[in-house]
Amino acid sequence: MLEIRDLCVDYGGPPVLRGVSLDVAAGEVVGLVGPNGSGKTTLVRAVTRVVPARSGEVRILGDDSRALKRAVLARRVAVVPQNPALPEGFTVLEMVLMGRTPHLGLLQSEGPPDLAAARRALAEAGATALGSRFANQLSGGERQQVVIARALAQEAPVLLLDEPTSHLDVGHQTAVMGLVRRLCRERGLAVLATIHDLTLAALYCDRLVLLHRGAVVAEGAPESVLRPDLVASTYGAQVTVLRHPISGRPVVVPLPPEADPSVTGDARPTGLSSRFGGDGAREGEA
Amino acid sequence: MKQARTLPGPALHADADAVAAGPSLALPALRPLRGRLLIALAVVVGTVLVGVSQGSADIPFTTVVRILASKTLGLGHATWPETWEEIVWQIRLPRVLLAGLVGATLAFSGAGYQGVLRNPLADPYLIGVAAGAGLGATIIMVSPLPYAFGTVGLLPPAAFAGAVLAVAISYGLARSGGVAPAVTLILAGVAVSAAASAAMSFLIMANHERAVTVVSWLLGGFNTATWQRVGIVLPYSLVGGAGVLASTRLLNVLQLDEEEAQQLGVPVERVKLLVIIAASLATAAAVSVSGLIGFVGLIVPHTVRLLWGFDYRRLVPMSMAAGAVFLILADVAARTVLSPSEVPVGVVTALCGAPFFLWLLRRNRPGGSPGGRALF
Repeated sequence: MLEIRDLCVDYGGPPVLRGVSLDVAAGEVVGLVGPNGSGKTTLVRAVTRVVPARSGEVRILGDDSRALKRAVLARRVAVVPQNPALPEGFTVLEMVLMGRTPHLGLLQSEGPPDLAAARRALAEAGATALGSRFANQLSGGERQQVVIARALAQEAPVLLLDEPTSHLDVGHQTAVMGLVRRLCRERGLAVLATIHDLTLAALYCDRLVLLHRGAVVAEGAPESVLRPDLVASTYGAQVTVLRHPISGRPVVVPLPPEADPSVTGDARPTGLSSRFGGDGAREGEA
Repeated sequence: MKQARTLPGPALHADADAVAAGPSLALPALRPLRGRLLIALAVVVGTVLVGVSQGSADIPFTTVVRILASKTLGLGHATWPETWEEIVWQIRLPRVLLAGLVGATLAFSGAGYQGVLRNPLADPYLIGVAAGAGLGATIIMVSPLPYAFGTVGLLPPAAFAGAVLAVAISYGLARSGGVAPAVTLILAGVAVSAAASAAMSFLIMANHERAVTVVSWLLGGFNTATWQRVGIVLPYSLVGGAGVLASTRLLNVLQLDEEEAQQLGVPVERVKLLVIIAASLATAAAVSVSGLIGFVGLIVPHTVRLLWGFDYRRLVPMSMAAGAVFLILADVAARTVLSPSEVPVGVVTALCGAPFFLWLLRRNRPGGSPGGRALF
């Protein structure tokens, strides 16, 4: 569904993505993890051609994304942005109807099929009751449901989510990730989600891709990516990794401040420079 | 261009039938619009009649209607003095129509600018139209050139050219790498406007004996209205209005965020350019014959928003109607309040419009729905 090959992106300065390659197949949820500034949001923006790629390519359903018109691209890739804009004066249903934009010609207005698609998307996101509310008066969790519904109304086979859980409490986090996973399975969507919470990522994603300084440093099953040494060298965090008592998935727990790092083996912080230093620092500020 | 409306691949129609069969399939945004538009059109026509019936010559309203009916539809025969017909048909009607046309144009252009620049302070003059037109007109007025060669006036084309040139320079300066970010565009427009205004001020100071002529042109008005001028503005207003109207659904999506709009498949830069060209050409044509009438392009779209909501599919057509009605009435006041002398219409628009707008703003704020839809 989504194939990224040797993707390099810069914003006219130092490179933010340095040769990233990854694939997302239909029916799988891939979690994109990595510290702030590692290039996660830039990857989402590059896939949707909001920022141009310096080199490399993105193929969507086999076609080079650069060859696709914007509307065609939006019929194939839907995005749930990190900080969705909620303009004044539009109802939730009107917002979700905006997801039909790539299916409409310039002079065409939404017809009954579009309204049906929007209502279906609202229902699937569990947000039917919000339909007539004003979008800028919603809570954080409701907002996320609405933006997911808008992305579903696009009826695109590839779904990108940029930090879908970052502003949510644990109940809404699990609800949103559960919804994403269910939709992925039912509709056969290819889902790529950037996620800060490593435990949540491990629990809901089929595979994880760990990005650091614009490059993929690990990829695979959650337990193979979330190793204490890798987390230490990328995030600069001292952690221990437990096993989830029910799912068996890795649970990433920070070490208490007084703990001896040698307990967890070779964990070594890489220092502040890796967390706040130059390279990808523009990412995540949006 | 139109592609298949659904992609092959994921099966999407699991519970489609159940949902689609819901009771209401009415599109919330569009159903009430037709009725409102008809009402708005009727109000515009009524305002035109009121406008034509007001003036220093005391012609009864019924006679005005009969004169118009006889001229347009060939109904009835003349039982009125020739001069009345002259006054109604050659003086008042073109003036009222020009005021309506300019009002509609400024209002839809203001709405369009506010939409693409996503800035509530945007008006049709913001990125160069006003200063460019002012400079172009001033150059003609202070130069030894005659104002007209035969029946072809030099002032309108000079103002038009100045306006279009200033916007083109602003856009050109703001654009780099294929994009013209809204904020950059506004800043470039403000800078270009400042330069043009400075040049204009210098020309006025250096030719101060013409200062009153220039300033009275700048304040704007319709005392020079003729059918010819209506004919000059009409095509630009029609084409510009069609351009902005065609973009209304995408203007809604643009209100999200340029990046999100792109991810929803909107060719953002092209829409921006289309709306700026359409609004700027129409505004340039309007100011070239009427001068710089302030306030209409800024406040009418905001008033419409407060009354009928933020959806551009409602906002743009309703702004056209409201702008026409507002400027026709303002012009009636301008020529009757101190009759036989005239108040500049820009003074009337600001003096009457500002208090009304402030009242509306305060009335809608506390606890009111943000769309203000409950009002009508």
